[in-house]
Amino acid sequence: MSNGTAKLFLKDVWNDNPVFRQVLGICSALAVTNLLSNTLFMCAGVTAVTALSSLTVSLLRNVTPKRIRMIVQVLIIASYVMMVDIVIRAMAPDIHRFIGPYVGLIITNCIIMGRAEGFASQNRPVPSLVDGFASGIGYSMILITIALVREPMGFGTILGVPLPAREQWWHQWTIMVMPPGAFFTLALVTWFARNRLEQTMKTGGK
Amino acid sequence: MEQVTSSFVLSILLIFASAAFTDNILLARFLGMCSVIGVSNRVNTSLGLGAAVIFVTVVTTAMNFAVYHYLLVPLGLEYLRLITFIVMIAAVTQLIEMIIERLSEGLYYSLGIFLPLITVNCAILGLSLFMLNKPYGFIQTLAFGAGGGFGWFLAIVLISGIREKIDEKRLPPGLAGPGITLIIIGIMALAFVGFSGMIKI
Repeated sequence: MSNGTAKLFLKDVWNDNPVFRQVLGICSALAVTNLLSNTLFMCAGVTAVTALSSLTVSLLRNVTPKRIRMIVQVLIIASYVMMVDIVIRAMAPDIHRFIGPYVGLIITNCIIMGRAEGFASQNRPVPSLVDGFASGIGYSMILITIALVREPMGFGTILGVPLPAREQWWHQWTIMVMPPGAFFTLALVTWFARNRLEQTMKTGGK
Repeated sequence: MEQVTSSFVLSILLIFASAAFTDNILLARFLGMCSVIGVSNRVNTSLGLGAAVIFVTVVTTAMNFAVYHYLLVPLGLEYLRLITFIVMIAAVTQLIEMIIERLSEGLYYSLGIFLPLITVNCAILGLSLFMLNKPYGFIQTLAFGAGGGFGWFLAIVLISGIREKIDEKRLPPGLAGPGITLIIIGIMALAFVGFSGMIKI
């Protein structure tokens, strides 16, 4: 059981990574990654919603009529997103002002719908919870990487703390905090990760 | 009186242009990426999907505006906006699907697969959510929805035109597919950054 869970976890985080492998949920991956603090809140929100909605969909899978299951899933996801929205607004009003609309957009984040429909609707609650959580972690991993590239280059800070001796060597690279920088960084991360994945698949069996 | 009308018309045009170009929903706000990466490999399908999206954005921003300001705000239920908006969008998409099926069989089959995709296109929900941050009246909101939809249409058609050419070339294996698409979108976003500052709202 624990071995199987670990395998499932690893598969969702790396081999089937939602962002660079399945190319899902990239809207928010691009929008919130100009500052690491925004990114961390967004990642926590997405991970919580994916894990809890997978669990709920799985618990209800036997009583949900097949024909209306998409609507039921959207409603479950929307309810959790609403809670996350309220919690972030209460905890960090400043950050909420910036990422607010993108928090609402977690509803249409395809990762969550994908896990609900692709895994949770056919599996037992505990594996579904692990699956949703792992997908959230896989998503967060990529977002934090992108934010760690964009924030130092664009603002010269990490989590708002200036880089050491920034005045002497650092020059603002404005494009990194603007939209094009986000597209280029995600393209490079995707390229790198897909190459790694292909190599490990060639050498290490699966 | 004439002055008031002409400045109103001007503001409508400015809102449309800023939503379509300076604040392009795909290139500046990053929304609707999933469908762009999934569908943008052919110009024809992009045209169909783009046109459907324009239509849906205009209808849903108008309906969500009305529901939010005349139903949710008076009742103090603003926190229900996310659920309300997504249900409205799903309902409108479903309705449009049924109407198109009745009116034109040809259009229905060419759009068939894309209509359900529109429900989960974050550009649509995104426009409804961004609309709440703006001090627009009803007509201005219509212009905002139309401009946003048109901006998305423009972006996906341009991207698919470039991808049709690039897909025939040889690329490093890790870069093919989403990687190169993101780079194309990045360069295009760079071009659209040139529009920023041209329109002040």
